[in-house]
Amino acid sequence: MAETRLIEISPVTRVEGHGKVTIHLDENNQVDEARLHIVEFRGFERFIRGRLLWEVPVIVQRLCGICPVSHHLAAAKAMDQIVGVDVLPPTAEKMRRLMHYGQVMQSHVLHFFHLSAPDLLFGFGAPAEKRNIFEVIRENPELGLRAVLMRKFGQEIIEATAGKKIHGTGAIPGGINRNLDIATRDRLLGQVDQMLDWSQAALSIARTYVETHAETVAGFGTFPSSHMALVREGDGALDLYHGRLRALNSAGAPIFDMLDYCDYHKVLVEDVRSWSYMKFPFIAALGPDDGWYRVGPLARMNTASFIDTPLANAAHGALRAFSGGMNHSTLANHWARMIEVVHCVEKIRELLHDPDLQGTDLVAKGERRFEGIGVIEAPRGNLIHHYKVDEHDQVTYCNLIVSTTHNNEGMNRAVKDVAVKHLSGQPRITEGMLNHVEVAIRAYDPCLSCATHALGQMPLQIEVYDADARLIDRAGQCL
Amino acid sequence: MPLTAAAPTRRVLLIGYGNPGRGDDGLGPAVAAEIEALAIRGLTVDIDYQLTVDHAALIAAHDVVVFADAMIGLAVPYRFAEVDAAQPATLGSHQVSPEAALALARLLFGHAPPGWMLAIAGQDFGEVKEGLSQPARENLAGAVAFLRGWMAEAGSVPVAALHRVE
Repeated sequence: MAETRLIEISPVTRVEGHGKVTIHLDENNQVDEARLHIVEFRGFERFIRGRLLWEVPVIVQRLCGICPVSHHLAAAKAMDQIVGVDVLPPTAEKMRRLMHYGQVMQSHVLHFFHLSAPDLLFGFGAPAEKRNIFEVIRENPELGLRAVLMRKFGQEIIEATAGKKIHGTGAIPGGINRNLDIATRDRLLGQVDQMLDWSQAALSIARTYVETHAETVAGFGTFPSSHMALVREGDGALDLYHGRLRALNSAGAPIFDMLDYCDYHKVLVEDVRSWSYMKFPFIAALGPDDGWYRVGPLARMNTASFIDTPLANAAHGALRAFSGGMNHSTLANHWARMIEVVHCVEKIRELLHDPDLQGTDLVAKGERRFEGIGVIEAPRGNLIHHYKVDEHDQVTYCNLIVSTTHNNEGMNRAVKDVAVKHLSGQPRITEGMLNHVEVAIRAYDPCLSCATHALGQMPLQIEVYDADARLIDRAGQCL
Repeated sequence: MPLTAAAPTRRVLLIGYGNPGRGDDGLGPAVAAEIEALAIRGLTVDIDYQLTVDHAALIAAHDVVVFADAMIGLAVPYRFAEVDAAQPATLGSHQVSPEAALALARLLFGHAPPGWMLAIAGQDFGEVKEGLSQPARENLAGAVAFLRGWMAEAGSVPVAALHRVE
C-alpha cells in the first residue's frame, strides 16, 4: 500500500483565531491535497434570535474582538432599513464613516506591520525566531514606533465615534448617538498629517516589495478568480462604507454590477463541504465549481473604477498599471491594503474638516419594516448582515456572511498552490517551508471568528501522520 | 514581591481584557469594570477585547501595570503573580501576552514598568453567551476584593483614595 503522510499545522499562527492546515503527501512526498480548515463559530446566528432590534448593533460586536466596528456598522445599516430609514442625516453618516475609516486603518496597520512585515522583510523561510515584530523593531525602530502610533490613532478615532473600545454604542438604528466635539476633532487633526506621511511611507514599502519581488509574487498563490466588492453607486469608485455590489470575472468582465446589496441572496449561494465548518459561497450564475470569488483589499482594487482621494487614486493607478488589468496575486493584497490605509487617512482628514461632524441632527425616522440587510466593506472584505424582526421588535432570523467565508475557496486554492510549489518532493519538511503556507493564508488576513483567547490557549502543533493515522513526526511550540 | 515604595502619585494602569460575549472570557473586563467603579485616584483602567500592540504606549506611560484576564484550567480561584518583559516566539493580535506587551513598551518607548498578572479562573468559554458562570462570579468577587486590598497594601495609591468618590 502506498504510504501517504498527513501534516497538520494547527492552529495557524499570526492569523486571527483558530485555523488548521492539513497537507497530504503521497509516497513520493508530492502534495496530494492541502486544505485550510476553519472552526467558524456559527452559534451567533442562533444567539441573536429573540434580541431586540435596538440591541443588535451593540451585541454583534461580541461576535469578534478583532473587527467589532465592522459588525457594529453592518448591523446598524441593517437596522436602519428596519426602522424605515434609507438616508441618514449627514452628521450620522459622516460619523459612521469616520468610525469605519479609523477601524480599517488600524486593522490594516496591525496586519501589515505586526503580522506580515516579518515575513516580507526577513523572508518566508527565515528562522522562526527572526520572523517577529521585535526583530522588525530592532532593525528599524522608527518603523515599529510608527506602526504602534498609527494603530493608536485609529483606536482613538473609534473611541471618539463609537464611545469606547469595547462594545461601542455610536451607531444606532437610524443614525448615530453622538457628534464629534471640537476638542477631539482638533486633537485628531493635530495628528492626521503625520499619519498621512507615515501611511505613504508604508505604502511605499508594500509597493516596493511587490515590484522588486515580482517573480516571487507571481509564483506564490497566484491564480485567476472572480472578485467582488461594494463600489459607489453611479461612478463605481471605491467605497468602504456603502454602495452596490460589483463582481468581475478573472478577465475583468462584469458578472453583475451596481446590484442592490439587498438582493445578495439572489446572486450568491452558500455551499457546504463535509470537511469544513465554514461555508463556501459561490456566484449562482457561474455554479459551484466556477462561481467562487475573492473579496478584500485586492478585490476592491480590482473592482473599483477609481478612488476618490488623490493619493490613493494615484496608487491605485500604479497598481493597475503594474498588473496590466486584474491582479490575481495573493501577495498583492499587501500593496492593496496599504493603498487603503492611505485612502482611509485621506478620508479621515477630509471628514475632520467637515463641519457636519458637529451637527446635531443625528437620527432619522421612517416607516417600520420587518427585514433589513446591511453590507459593508470590512478590512478583510465584504461583510453581509441580514435580519428579520417581528412585530415585537425581536430578531427572528439572522444570516451573516463574513469576509473570511467569502474567501474560503480562494484561501484553500492559495494553500494548495503554495504547498505544491514549496513542499512537494522535499525529503524533509522544515518549519520555514510550512511558514510559506502560513504566509499565503495571512495575506488574506483571515479573521476566524475567534474563540476565546484566555490564558492557556493557542498552542501551535504540527503533526505528521502516516497512512494508518500513526503519528510519525511532530513539531510544535506553545505561543 | 509586593511593591514597597508608596507613592501617592504613582500612575497605576489596570488592563482588563477578554470578550464578555464569550461567557467567562469576560472575567478580565468584569474585574476592570468593578475596580473602575471605585474611581481610585491615580488609577487608569483600560477595558479591551484583548491585549494589542498599541497597549505598549499606554503601558510605557505608567509606573505599574496590572493585567487581568480569564484563565482556563487554573486550580485556584485566581492567581496574582509578577510578570516580566519577555519576547515571545511569535506575536499576533491574539497572542500578545502581558510579557510581550511589556517587552514592546521597553523596546519602543524605553520603559517597561513592573507588571502583575491577575489570572481569574473561568470554566465556560465555549460559545457565544452573555454573563459569567456561577463559579466565575464567585472567583470574580474574590479577585476584586484581593485587587482592591493589594492596591492599598502595596501603596500604589493612597488608601483613602480606595473609597468610592461620591
